[in-house]
Amino acid sequence: MIEPLRNVMQLVRPEEIAAVQRDANGVRPAMGFFTDTTLCIGCKACEVACKQWNQLPSDGFHFTGNSYDNTSHLSETTWRHVAFVEQIDSGQREKNRWLMMSDVCKHCVEAPCQESCPTGALIYNEFGDVYIQPDICNGCGYCISACPFGVIGRSAEDGHAHKCTLCYDRQKDDMTPACAKACPTASIQFGPVETLREHARQRVEELHVRGETEAYLYGADATAEYSPLNAFFLLTDHPNAYNLPEAPKKPTTGMTKRYGWSLLAGVALTVFSALAFGTGGRK
Amino acid sequence: MPSLGATFGRGAATTYQQDLANSDCILIMGSNMAEAHPVGFRWPMKAKAKGGKIIHVDPRFTRTSAVSDVYVPIRAGSDIAFLGGLVNYVLTHERWFKEYVLAYTNAANLIDVEFQDTEELDGVFSGYDPVSREYQANKAHWDYEKPPTDGPSAGDDEEDSDGGAGQGARHEEGAHGTHGYGLMGGASAHTTRPKDVTHAPRDETLQDPRCVMQILRRHFARYTPETVSQICGCSPEQLIEVAELLCDNSGRERTAALCYAVGWTQHSTGVQIIRAASILQTLLGNIGRPGGGILALRGHASIQGSTDISTLYDLLPGYLPQPIADPRHETLDGYCEMEGLPTGYWVHFKEFAVSLLKAWYGREAQPENNFRFQWLPRIDGDYSMVPYFDKMAKGEVEGYFVLGQNPAAGTSNGKRVRKGLRSLKWLVVADWFETETATFWRDDPQGPPPAEVGTEVFFFPAASMPEKEGSVTNTQRLLQWHDRSVDPPGDCRSDLWFVYNLGKRLKELYKDSIDPRDASLLSLTWDYGYEHPLRLPDGTMSRIADEPDADRVLQEINGWHTDKTDTTTGKPLLLSGFSDCKDDGSTACGGWVYSGVYPEYGHNRARDRESHDSNPVHPNWGFAWPHNRRILYNRASADPQGNPWSERKKYLWWDAAKRTWTGYDQPDFPPDKAPDYRPGPDSKGMDAIGGTDPFIMKPDGRAWLFAPGGAKDGPLPAHYEPIESPLHNLLHPKYQDSPTVRYFEGPDNPIAHTPESAYPIVACTFRMTEHYLSGPMSRFNSWLNELMPAMFVELSPELAAEKGIVNGGWLTVRSPRGEIEARALVTRRLHPLQVQGQTVHQVGIPFQWGYAGETVGSNVNDLIAMSADANVSMHETKVFACQIVAGRSARQPTEPSVPTARYANWERIPDTPAAAQPEGHMRKNS
Repeated sequence: MIEPLRNVMQLVRPEEIAAVQRDANGVRPAMGFFTDTTLCIGCKACEVACKQWNQLPSDGFHFTGNSYDNTSHLSETTWRHVAFVEQIDSGQREKNRWLMMSDVCKHCVEAPCQESCPTGALIYNEFGDVYIQPDICNGCGYCISACPFGVIGRSAEDGHAHKCTLCYDRQKDDMTPACAKACPTASIQFGPVETLREHARQRVEELHVRGETEAYLYGADATAEYSPLNAFFLLTDHPNAYNLPEAPKKPTTGMTKRYGWSLLAGVALTVFSALAFGTGGRK
Repeated sequence: MPSLGATFGRGAATTYQQDLANSDCILIMGSNMAEAHPVGFRWPMKAKAKGGKIIHVDPRFTRTSAVSDVYVPIRAGSDIAFLGGLVNYVLTHERWFKEYVLAYTNAANLIDVEFQDTEELDGVFSGYDPVSREYQANKAHWDYEKPPTDGPSAGDDEEDSDGGAGQGARHEEGAHGTHGYGLMGGASAHTTRPKDVTHAPRDETLQDPRCVMQILRRHFARYTPETVSQICGCSPEQLIEVAELLCDNSGRERTAALCYAVGWTQHSTGVQIIRAASILQTLLGNIGRPGGGILALRGHASIQGSTDISTLYDLLPGYLPQPIADPRHETLDGYCEMEGLPTGYWVHFKEFAVSLLKAWYGREAQPENNFRFQWLPRIDGDYSMVPYFDKMAKGEVEGYFVLGQNPAAGTSNGKRVRKGLRSLKWLVVADWFETETATFWRDDPQGPPPAEVGTEVFFFPAASMPEKEGSVTNTQRLLQWHDRSVDPPGDCRSDLWFVYNLGKRLKELYKDSIDPRDASLLSLTWDYGYEHPLRLPDGTMSRIADEPDADRVLQEINGWHTDKTDTTTGKPLLLSGFSDCKDDGSTACGGWVYSGVYPEYGHNRARDRESHDSNPVHPNWGFAWPHNRRILYNRASADPQGNPWSERKKYLWWDAAKRTWTGYDQPDFPPDKAPDYRPGPDSKGMDAIGGTDPFIMKPDGRAWLFAPGGAKDGPLPAHYEPIESPLHNLLHPKYQDSPTVRYFEGPDNPIAHTPESAYPIVACTFRMTEHYLSGPMSRFNSWLNELMPAMFVELSPELAAEKGIVNGGWLTVRSPRGEIEARALVTRRLHPLQVQGQTVHQVGIPFQWGYAGETVGSNVNDLIAMSADANVSMHETKVFACQIVAGRSARQPTEPSVPTARYANWERIPDTPAAAQPEGHMRKNS
């Protein structure tokens, strides 16, 4: 039997968004992205849709010579970025791969940027996403160094930090974020994170059954040192291949210990100098 | 497109993109579907998610290859050899679908005893004339063996001596949806009297050496995996792997689809490449079935529409041929007799021709004046694009209109095209931006100073998609309507406005003329104005008063009864479909293939958007011609008895109780014709099509594995090298390139006919997702320019090392026509091939830059020769031979013609508070 075509693309169809944004008790589930890199065809529609919806400026015209990637990385003006990784060895043709991955802010469940923001500009919004309020941001840049993924940038034009908002404005109007809406192959899925995780685990199993045993999820679950990500990925190579940290760390991880060592070092130095100079003084 | 017409009857994709989701295996070749058709590519991805296999065969490892299960690199221009290898594999391993092939194709038909194959004549078929470089119809003998009962009246014999047994080389294509009559500067008849082919002798055992199956076996016998490997540069094992995958995924239970695009069409052998694919898919039994078929991916928006409602010089709307300056086309009856067919659907030819004349000339067209058939212009030569620019470069053209095209950057031998433009007295360009064609007099770095250019250029700003209404016919023959959301800014106007008002002004200019030749213009019906002032969706009145109503244009294309009135509106009753057309003047129909799209006032089916029905074909989304049939020849989805080949591939079947064809789609077959119907010896028209003949546009209702007519360069595909190649033709050493290709050779267009050491590298051209064609719509947009900001050439590390080229550095590409410069993108996605004992390097060159826009760069079309294939005057832009050196070249585009707009829109969004302005407006005090 040939099958009807509906439901083959976005898990959550646009007309269903309003319904899934709150359950019977009015509780809102966290909304997020699942980016399946095995479905990505590198068309960059997500990059353009993001820029168009958010009216972001272009980054300038730089031919990098690095595969088809000329926007290079996420920044204050590029909130979706498609990475191209050529793994081609003409000797072993069956292993030739050209990996493509649409990168985005991970909207961490415990976001270091949010924890580091001294002004309260960085918040979790009602959809569970990490959002910078540009009119409150003072441009201190702590969030930039706090983010283990290098997502955030500061605009030289308005002095504020900027990053993906997970289309906060569109979600408020029950709309799919621009990048997910534009993705022709549904490599970018948008929906309640729990639903997405369930779907993603099934997808990994399917791929394993078909022999694509490299497939795994990145950021779907918490690690020993980091919270789950509300924008998580299906990858087929080591995270470093996609320019992702193998084990992201929060800057605050081990902070007590580091403060302890600092204190200890301070005490030790004080004692040392007291001894050294104190002895010298008596001479 | 003539190739699909020659094989199956209609020059259009046999299937639709969504149906690819039902495929078990998809062969993508001559197409970079993921990059060039990314939205449609969701369906192959869906098929893959369901466990289907995607195969990509291409000179370059592209984004399509990246998501394919199997990728096979081949040398550009060697496609027929690869496909011939697949056909040979299917035949020698007996993997063809026997029941299907026997019942639905001409495999059993006997061919004229005097026919000779390329294998017998060292590279050409019988009928070849080396002087005219054409196949002569009267010497070709490509025809079916004559039926034994063929009436030997004196008249018939005369026709035979005139047309020969060859309705062959010339006949069918004229009548049936293909274009290009081989009028090389002179008028000559392109048709002979059509013949009855339904009763041609067949050998159902397929043993007769003259039957099509045996001819096929002999013709493809030399395309062994080893030979293919020597021509294509892939390994024999790779060919076998692809062949096995296709065979394993074809048959009763499974179907395989084939997708191609301009990577096949833009070759000197393009028509024959697609013929080879058609033969393969027919042998595997994949045509007319879900998940099967051949998807012709068209090069840009509504190209299918511009063939259907034709903008081609040699076609009238609905694939009726433009009459030619020939005595036999003098009268309407003569024209219809020559171009119609006694059997098959084209028996209705006259009904469509008369209805078209009624639509154009209204009350003026009457039976007593032959419906004013004599007013139609006759063609006396080849006015297709390449020969036209050849004439222009020789100074033979005075003025030129360019709407929706950019020939200065997008046409082969760009330098010669621009020379042609400089020889014009006037040029009209309507476009969104000042393209290369609009600024050739000022910005061409290789042109003379502007003061020396005499052409007067008129630039008309054009409206963009959301600023105008109308329909777009996509790659799968689907009409989809789009509305006007806002008025276009300033003086921008739709193309429809332009043509409509040009017509109105011409009529006004000639209104007092009594010259008989102006009567045609003055009598042309031209009433497309809005009946009520146009209101925009937001309720305001449109600013543009003289915009025509696109709905009325579509109503005219759909057609109406001239003698019946719609009771609710008082207007002429609209046709419910093309079967309503009459040849007595009681119907008017501006494009019969679309008829049925507007069955009643208020219901434009191109606007239908029903997506939540249970029918997997989704018939109420848009309207597909003909008659909303989504898979053509779908009678073939059932077996000869009318039952589905399998439950899994069920699509259309015969309901014996109700005595009708039923299923998910509209039957592309007479709905009440039973599978056991057999035509009588004297049956004519559709009565001559039996209950097991799915290809109703063919006179015998069968798919043509061997094409007695339809392609002017041979009844079967044979491998020839591209017109410029570093290698000799291994299969046919006497004929290096296609024996029927035309060259337009001259000082501006030199060609390296034989392999030359000066041009040892194979170049293929390509496009990418980031830019649109030659860039007229994308290189003026900074969001797209930042993604692909510079002209580049893809080459392998091996070639780069040999030439001292570094990644990101500059290189120069040379061909006999000139040189261009580009940045180097050194990548392992290209790698040298071992072909015939030598290393052949290939480079990939995008054709998406020119001298106009925010980003500029050299134009690869400046390197490509003007040439034309025999069927459709198609240029060979997908492959040529070149040399590459490190460093830059002089007089290349370096300065953008417009400043970069960093933001698309500096304006604050009106009626919106500051906090709700777009997040990306990063300005102080925002």
